[in-house]
Amino acid sequence: MKKRTNEQWLAELRGRERDRATEDLRAVLVRGLKVTFAGRVRGLDETAEDLAQDALIRILNNLDSFRGESRFTTWAQRVAVRVAYTELRRRRWRDVSLQEVIERHEGSGRGLGALTDRASSPERETERKMMVETLQRFIAEELTERQREAMVAVMYEGMPLEEAARRIDTNRNALYKLLHDARKKLKKRIEAEGLSSGEVLEAIGEG
Amino acid sequence: MLNPEDLGKLARALDMTREEELACDECFEELDRFVEMELAGLDAAAAMPLVQDHLEKCGDCREEHQALLNALRTEQGWTPVRLIWARLRRFFRADRGPD
Ligand SMILES: [Zn+2]
Repeated sequence: MKKRTNEQWLAELRGRERDRATEDLRAVLVRGLKVTFAGRVRGLDETAEDLAQDALIRILNNLDSFRGESRFTTWAQRVAVRVAYTELRRRRWRDVSLQEVIERHEGSGRGLGALTDRASSPERETERKMMVETLQRFIAEELTERQREAMVAVMYEGMPLEEAARRIDTNRNALYKLLHDARKKLKKRIEAEGLSSGEVLEAIGEG
Repeated sequence: MLNPEDLGKLARALDMTREEELACDECFEELDRFVEMELAGLDAAAAMPLVQDHLEKCGDCREEHQALLNALRTEQGWTPVRLIWARLRRFFRADRGPD
């Protein structure tokens, strides 16, 4: 494949040499995706080709948004990685509903009682229990149902933002903001009660 | 109900929470510049602290960042040694704390 500057990539992808430049770009994307997903998906070659095709369409439709702040191929691979992960997360979590995840969390029997399993002094246990109760009260009082559910799914159960977002009819960016707002509200409440997040960590034995 | 593991996650997340954080789209916009700095052995985290901060907090973006780094490293023939040095530099800087 011939080396191209950013300007050459753009000019060729838009011009008469479009077909050859597109094929070269496709090859770059396929190679990158194979590196990313080697050993992690079945049918690697086919998966990489399919994902590269999806990414290519997205890239060609958005050439105008390339601002030339990086190499063109870096910019293009960034799009490909995002397209690929979106699809792979979708496949991986396809059969899991948000309700299931939340119920699994609630039903996991890992309630307050589990705290006493940790070896420490009774005073420390009492302090920790009080902190848990305090935090739970703040969560109940400060956060919306939506924020609480998102927190359980994403923060505790490790569901990707993107997947949780799809299930509550929002998008990943908006869900990040929703959770950021939730964290800020809790932090402010903790501070308003004369505590700090450092003291919370301390009380639960993580400080 | 919060179990000890959740509680730890929540407390750490609150401790790390800043008033201003990038959301995923803004992080994505900067990601190509960020990885190119990393690949060049520069301190991307110091140059773009809000991107670094988002990558520490967001599993989705972190995963994509790692994948992009791996893909580019292969494509452009970046040696792992160079990357390790870049990471070490960052690690020691972090260890020393703010200058
Ligand atoms: Zn993100």
